[in-house]
Amino acid sequence: MKAKHQRLTLVVLALIAIIAAGLIATWALRSQANYFYLPEQMAAEPPEVGQAVRLGGMVQAGSIETMADGITVNFRVTGNTADVIPVRYSGILPDLFVEESGVVAEGSLGADGVFEATNLLAKHDENYVPRELEGLEGHQSQDYAETVAGTE
Amino acid sequence: MIAELGLAALWLATALAFLQIAAGVLGLRGDAHSARFAVYARPAAVVQAFLAVLSFFLLLYAFAVTDLSIKLVATNSHSMKPFIYKLTGTWGNHEGSMLLWVGVLALSGGLLAGMEKRLPEKTMSATLAVQGFVALGFYAFLLLSSNPFERLPVPAAEGTGLNPLLQDIGLAVHPPTLYVGYVGLSVAFSLAMGALITRQVNPDFAKVMRPWVLFAWVFLTLGITAGSYWAYYELGWGGWWFWDPVENASLMPWLAATALLHSVSVLAARDALRTWTIMLGVLAFSMSMLGTFLVRSGVLTSVHAFAVDPERGTFILVLLALYIGGSLAIFAVRAGSIAEGKRFTFTSREGALVFNNVMLSAILAIVLLGTLYPLLTEAFDVRVSVGPPYFNPAGAIFAIPMFIVMAIGPLLRWKDDKPKRIQFELCLLAAIAIAVVSLVAILGDYAILPLLGLALAIALGVAAFLPLRGRKLSRVPTAVWGMVMAHFGVAVALFGMASESAFTQERLAAVSPGSTEQLGDWTLTLEGVEPIAGPNWTAIEARVLAARGNEDPIVLTPQARDFWAPAQATSESALITRWDGQLYAVIGEQTEDGRWQLRVWWKPFVTFIWYGGLLISLGGVLSIVGRVRLDLKRRSAVRKGNQRREDQAKITGKVQVEPAE
Repeated sequence: MKAKHQRLTLVVLALIAIIAAGLIATWALRSQANYFYLPEQMAAEPPEVGQAVRLGGMVQAGSIETMADGITVNFRVTGNTADVIPVRYSGILPDLFVEESGVVAEGSLGADGVFEATNLLAKHDENYVPRELEGLEGHQSQDYAETVAGTE
Repeated sequence: MIAELGLAALWLATALAFLQIAAGVLGLRGDAHSARFAVYARPAAVVQAFLAVLSFFLLLYAFAVTDLSIKLVATNSHSMKPFIYKLTGTWGNHEGSMLLWVGVLALSGGLLAGMEKRLPEKTMSATLAVQGFVALGFYAFLLLSSNPFERLPVPAAEGTGLNPLLQDIGLAVHPPTLYVGYVGLSVAFSLAMGALITRQVNPDFAKVMRPWVLFAWVFLTLGITAGSYWAYYELGWGGWWFWDPVENASLMPWLAATALLHSVSVLAARDALRTWTIMLGVLAFSMSMLGTFLVRSGVLTSVHAFAVDPERGTFILVLLALYIGGSLAIFAVRAGSIAEGKRFTFTSREGALVFNNVMLSAILAIVLLGTLYPLLTEAFDVRVSVGPPYFNPAGAIFAIPMFIVMAIGPLLRWKDDKPKRIQFELCLLAAIAIAVVSLVAILGDYAILPLLGLALAIALGVAAFLPLRGRKLSRVPTAVWGMVMAHFGVAVALFGMASESAFTQERLAAVSPGSTEQLGDWTLTLEGVEPIAGPNWTAIEARVLAARGNEDPIVLTPQARDFWAPAQATSESALITRWDGQLYAVIGEQTEDGRWQLRVWWKPFVTFIWYGGLLISLGGVLSIVGRVRLDLKRRSAVRKGNQRREDQAKITGKVQVEPAE
């Protein structure tokens, strides 16, 4: 290596690595952009089976049923349209997991069309709302869905 | 009275920051007239440190006695709260934690001013001016937008309490440690700027900067380790890292500080990487401030909430832009005038260090983009969550080559080396890695990343000790032991992470009292569930008997707690720690037929994650001790040498004088 150019070579190498990191990040993030789904979005364009995504919406009234093993819970999540997504979850339910309240389910869509949740995020207390559900409760959810639809 | 004293101390400290800047800037001019005023920079910094720390202790006192006439105390504390959590509640809120931030900032500035005598006086003046300028911005932030001492017109009858998740000893340790780390980097930043302004980027400057970087880095490491363990046992999900933006906010300065630490060592030892070190100094503190902005502005809860009440966020953002923009501008002007340092080839220790510096920066870029991306899209009303499916593989692309080079780098010689010389070591490490991969792959079906993690961890664990090969152990310098320890710590932590993600066993069941469940070689029996009450909560507590093999059973008492001020429910996990892993139990709800939900994990070697973190910090401490001892030795040697020369001069002087008489 020509000694004179060493500093330049180093700078160029460092830049290449950082730009590569940036490109990888952008590419990975864009393929992740659908990571969060509303029920109507999931019904219209379901993610691939097994792909890790989040589903957010309201727990439909009267839809929570506990299976005989006492651990598995089935319920349905609704959004702003008539679409509902059935969800299956095995685990300890969040403390304030109740019907007609917001929930974010982490997991993936199964081949049978049931969303297999590995983790549920619900309100911890009266004041805390999961980030994705902010502004989604009550009539505000309508406004929100419109803005989402507007951007697509 | 206490509140007014605290506020007055803060204003006085602000005034002293002005004095410090003025004196520092005058010190740069270097003429005799300015020099007379320039001497005030150091005392200004020292007294300022005293005032800011005093102010923090006054707030601490107000929390200790629950002075409900102070707004901050009334909104964040409660007279019935346990005393220790009254104290820790001081920094469990925005204003208090910013006061702690500023207190630590002033304290480190004071320590720098009071203790550092090695730097040229001009560089010191510039450094103190920059440090004063940084402090001034944060004093302004505190006084103008988040006054912690604000009084209520009418004292409150009772406080509203503190988030129960925060009522934990983890909170007592975690934020202060992290803040010391964040703010310690401000000194590195000021020193870098001072050296850049006075064109003194050389090994002597690096030797002054190194202990500060090490010190900040040790605290950051400890803070992240403590935070991870706190989240692990307090949140009750069994996870130890969630790629939560708040966690990333502490990881990013750590990554930058790790890179800085290694590059400043190259500068000190070899006089290479001059501009690169300065750049990393700027980057590390920028990440500290960015972290503070993310956590403190409310931008994380919601971009829209931030847009509604943008005062604090905007303030920090302006400070951020001012400091980063200013330092980059100085960098752009001055970088060209810094001569290139000593050269080295790619296959040398410097080469390996540069490579890993770049890898660390790349990981930093990955984490930074992943953290900011959701905020960016949210501004356009598209909600995205970025989680482990992004961070783990994208980070691994750069982390894997980094770990490989980290194993080899310390074996290489400075300046230039032939890979052939360390042939044996290379073959040994490759053999270990391949053996581990094939062994684990035969034993079971595991994901690729944990598998690679295990192999790299074990190879790295061995590689960490290879630099000691062929050396007389009693003569190895303490700083080298520090490096060995820290690198071994990385291997230990990596082993814990990979092992946890590959081998964790989970059992989830609805159990009726008296029935037994099996998890691996553990037998778990639910004895019963009872309601209990604490000082500010009620709970149901399960008594679970856990026995491993034929051992005597141990009682586990996981709880589901309901706090009443403020009303909130939390789940308290119960743990059994063994050398080879941890049993983690959580109790859930009662089912309709009277059974209880019980979730239990066996996590092999999970504790190694935090042991590793402690070892890394210990390595940093050893390195500081080694350097400081060496420095003290050198100083006393120089002093003795001077003494002898003086004595000699006196004797010879006398000898010369005598004949003249």
